[in-house]
Amino acid sequence: MAAARLPSRLRLPDQPMLRHLVLCAGALVLFYVLTVNLSSYHNYQVGLIALFAMVIAGLSVLTGINGQISLGHGAFMAVGAYTFALVQEHVTLPLALELLAAVAASAVLGLVVGIPATRLRGPYLAGMTLILALGLPQLADKYNSVFGGDEGLHPSQLVAPGAVDPNRWFAWITVLVAVIVVALLANLVRSHFGRAMRAVRDNEVAAMLAGIHVGRTKVLAFVVSAGCAGLAGAFLALSGGVVTTGDFPLSLSIYLVAAMVLGGAGSLVGPWWGAIAIVYLPQWSTSISSDFGLGSAVAANLALVIFGLVLIIVMMLAPTGVQGGVRWLARRLLAARFPRPPAAAGVTAVAGFPEPPAPATPDMRTEQERTHP
Amino acid sequence: MSHFVNLSLNGISSGMIYASVALGLVLVWRATRIINFAQGSMAMFSTYMAVTLLDRNLGYWEAFAVALAVGLALGAVVERTLIRPLQGKPELNPVIVTFGLFILLEGVAGAIFGVRSRGVPAAFSQSGLTIGHHRVSFSHFDLFVLGSVLALMVLMLVLFRATDVGLRMRASAFAPEMSRLVGVRVGRVLTLGWALASLAGSLAGLLVAPRSAFSPNYMDLILVYAFTAAVVGGLESPVGALVGGLLTGLVLSFVGGYLGSSLEPLGAAVILILVLSARPEGLFSRPAARQV
Repeated sequence: MAAARLPSRLRLPDQPMLRHLVLCAGALVLFYVLTVNLSSYHNYQVGLIALFAMVIAGLSVLTGINGQISLGHGAFMAVGAYTFALVQEHVTLPLALELLAAVAASAVLGLVVGIPATRLRGPYLAGMTLILALGLPQLADKYNSVFGGDEGLHPSQLVAPGAVDPNRWFAWITVLVAVIVVALLANLVRSHFGRAMRAVRDNEVAAMLAGIHVGRTKVLAFVVSAGCAGLAGAFLALSGGVVTTGDFPLSLSIYLVAAMVLGGAGSLVGPWWGAIAIVYLPQWSTSISSDFGLGSAVAANLALVIFGLVLIIVMMLAPTGVQGGVRWLARRLLAARFPRPPAAAGVTAVAGFPEPPAPATPDMRTEQERTHP
Repeated sequence: MSHFVNLSLNGISSGMIYASVALGLVLVWRATRIINFAQGSMAMFSTYMAVTLLDRNLGYWEAFAVALAVGLALGAVVERTLIRPLQGKPELNPVIVTFGLFILLEGVAGAIFGVRSRGVPAAFSQSGLTIGHHRVSFSHFDLFVLGSVLALMVLMLVLFRATDVGLRMRASAFAPEMSRLVGVRVGRVLTLGWALASLAGSLAGLLVAPRSAFSPNYMDLILVYAFTAAVVGGLESPVGALVGGLLTGLVLSFVGGYLGSSLEPLGAAVILILVLSARPEGLFSRPAARQV
């Protein structure tokens, strides 16, 4: 894909599965070195980054690859977290099965919401998910005998083996699962289904004519991304040891969309940049506000303002996000280091939001209108 | 029985407010094929302007007019600066931008005015009227809500049906390229559409404020109910917005009254799921052809 190609001894394998395995192994080694050198508190934050990367990666596939958007993924995290806590409260299962239950519950909700909303083109999924993000936490408040009300539910936290610091153990497990999730998503994107998702994104009618079941593809993409959110929600429950409705405000869903757009929609590395922003930006904005003596009203809202600006600015100026910028930079550097023979120059493709095909109708605006619309 | 009557009256009153916001959503959708998720927070912003002026002892109607004017201007500015540059880009980009504007405005309002909710004075008494020997939960203020939204709807209808500008607006929504060919300045028409939509939203914002906990996010739920109303009405039709608003208002009022107000948002979700499953184009929409 890159305009400049590395010499073959430095290149990653062409076979997608193999390439993803190599990248994942690299990522795991990197994270291991990181966690061993960080303090317990920072390990906890690495865990948070990894769990947010799971849900943002699911969102990134949904939006960047399949062209749908969910404004309420916080609600699916809530379903995952509450399912995890409820399962733990009522039955004793191995951790993996508890996590699977969380994934299944949020995937089922994704199916219920997705089937009516995704059968149609247009903004229905966005609106529907926004309603869920506002409405689901209220449901948990109403039935507080089941969901614990303000007290919340208290799932047990991870038990670290031996002398391992509990936060480091949490970081390890979460990073491991997040890397597996991202690797599975990467394989999905490169699969037959991934091509179907892209075809539906680019032109639904053409995809239909090519024999792709458009509705099924959109619903399945949404279910996958809801499942990722549920898994992340379960890890959020694990991280704090308590699940309350206050953990899933509308602002969580907003942050998730903003982080996905910031990292670069359609990318699977971008979500990690976005997750870093979600974990650190609220802290930074609070400390910045207090450093400048801006008062508590500003401190409470600065993160929201910044994420709002991020959404607008990234969409207007750089729709491929941070990861798009990283790729562009890497290509520039590689091109300077390893210039390509001119004959091999091929088509360059940039992941992220594609430009749509040119409209069939000619542009009928006058020259004056074109320059001064 | 009287509970039922009161809930119905409440539903009509809130339904008119949802209809007003839904009208704004429909106008923007017709003009630019975008759902403006910032509609609610734009209304919130203009209403905060009015409330600030009221706090400075300006008269109620002056503040009311200022808020409507701010709404009108905000709509035009947003279209020109944020939406116009995204024309021809993938359809998700403007959705994300309006969502960004939604939280930007809420964040800015929260930073300036604080997030604590406060009361807002109303133009008319909010205590229930007495009809015969029965006291119903329908006040002078509710009558004002009904009257002002109906007046707005009638004015819009006259504008669309009886004026030259309205003809241009309908033409641009129906066939933009053809309209350009016959000399309609489509760009200006789109700006006007956004401005009028934002005006309708501002009116709703002013009408909701006295009966809600007024804070930067007080329009969030109104926006999603209005979205439900607009989808019920078919997203294309202003009349559909009115009927959809009333239906949504009534159903949610009954849900809130009989099952508990915390279930209202999920009630809206259920309405959406049912409408999209049974009659996906809404109750008032023509079937549309799709172009490859």
